[in-house]
Amino acid sequence: MPADTAAPGPEQAYFDALADGRFMLQHCNACGENVFYPRALCPHCGADALVWREASGRGTVHATSVVRRRPEQGPPYNVALIDLEEGPRMMSRVETIAPEAVRIGMAVTAVIDRSGDDPVVVFHPAGGGA
Amino acid sequence: MSGLRGAASIAGAGTYGLGEAPGQSELEITAGAVKAALDDAGLKAADVDGVFCASMTYNMGSLTLCEYLGIAPKFSDSSMIGGSSNLAHLLTAMMAIATGQCDVALVAYGSNQRSVSGRLVSTSRPDPFESPYGPRQPITSYALAASRHMHEYGTTRAQLAEVATAARAWAAMNPDAFLREPLAIADVLNARPISDPFTVRDCCLVTDGGGAVILTSPERARDLPRPPVPVLGGAMAHWHRAITNMPDLTVTAASESGPRAYAMAGVSVEDIDLVQVYDAFTINTVVFLEDLGFCAKGEGGAFVENGAIAPGGKLVVNTNGGGLSCCHPGMYGIFPLIEAVRQLRGDCGERQQPNPEIALAHGNGGLFSSQVTLILGTDGTL
Ligand SMILES: [Zn+2]
Repeated sequence: MPADTAAPGPEQAYFDALADGRFMLQHCNACGENVFYPRALCPHCGADALVWREASGRGTVHATSVVRRRPEQGPPYNVALIDLEEGPRMMSRVETIAPEAVRIGMAVTAVIDRSGDDPVVVFHPAGGGA
Repeated sequence: MSGLRGAASIAGAGTYGLGEAPGQSELEITAGAVKAALDDAGLKAADVDGVFCASMTYNMGSLTLCEYLGIAPKFSDSSMIGGSSNLAHLLTAMMAIATGQCDVALVAYGSNQRSVSGRLVSTSRPDPFESPYGPRQPITSYALAASRHMHEYGTTRAQLAEVATAARAWAAMNPDAFLREPLAIADVLNARPISDPFTVRDCCLVTDGGGAVILTSPERARDLPRPPVPVLGGAMAHWHRAITNMPDLTVTAASESGPRAYAMAGVSVEDIDLVQVYDAFTINTVVFLEDLGFCAKGEGGAFVENGAIAPGGKLVVNTNGGGLSCCHPGMYGIFPLIEAVRQLRGDCGERQQPNPEIALAHGNGGLFSSQVTLILGTDGTL
């Protein structure tokens, strides 16, 4: 196997880090932008000079929805877009408060949720308040 | 691009199986629309030498359709960019005709998704960075965009509901529309909630149905039975795939495709007599009216109030009832195009507008992603 394909690609590396308890973003050493979702090439400048940096976990709710289900399918849940302090935006959900209580502009903090089959980044209101 | 203005004209259009077509396969529905379009154009399948077909289920749509119809084309294209694919195909077909790659182009689409599944079908690989959060796609993506429009501009649920009630009022005059009974704003607001701020009545239908158009040179179109509808302008743009990566949730790439299409056609917003936009959700119409220049950014909600886009309103929008009330067989893009053609030819019966000369047909694909704007005219505008 050639050396440049011996290591996992950025997508696998991201999920491997998440499984180890670390939420990582990419940083482009060529143009200085931060990148999410993880890519092989920087979408801002095209360089392959992307390195990993641990996310601060601080973010702000950019958009929010509540997915409604028929009662037998389970309770409603939140889906939100979160603007990360480092710049990129990601889809996630805000937990620990009612899904309709999630507000655009709300400060949130990342938490790795391990309750499902795979670890996933979710957010709680900043400061732990409700 | 302005050299392509009027390079091809629509010579025929047809639909088939709109609403429910139980027991019909996707290809049977598509073939029904092709036959209707060919009959309309006064042509036979043997006259077709360019075929354009995107499918939700066949990933080589033009191969499948050509084989089914017994056509051996000189040029074909199955490009898939979501619900705007059929309008993008028209643009490619125009280039193919202008450059001699083909003489008679068929653009066709069909789906039996209501009868086979009863829901919107996605054929894409799940996005590993979105699917873990359970967005109900595509609805939640558009709902997130709507939440942002409401936050930034004060757009209200009642204003969004105006889009649905206007579409329904137009549908009442379209015998082919799937839902035609009266719809009030309160009915929209109190319908089953799906993904806030949307209820089921903010969302497009899930129907069966097919549509097809025939495109050829303006000269040849004049020798065929129906009034030719020249394509005066056309442009596409896309800036993202997933809603997370949409640069600004309140501005679509229609703000780029629209002005480029106007420039090619040599028209301005004021010249457009009627507008057919892809209304997958109520927010779409609001945002497209802004992005295409019919009102300023952020004013779309106020613009549609008080029946402004309903019959008798200040702007003629989605006269067939749209994806919200006429039909939405998985991808709707070919239907605003067909409705624009029918209005320009005077085919629309009770909902016919008086002597329209310039029409806009706009397609949307993905998650507010791919945008294609076409400007169509009567032969006199060429
Ligand atoms: Zn870069």
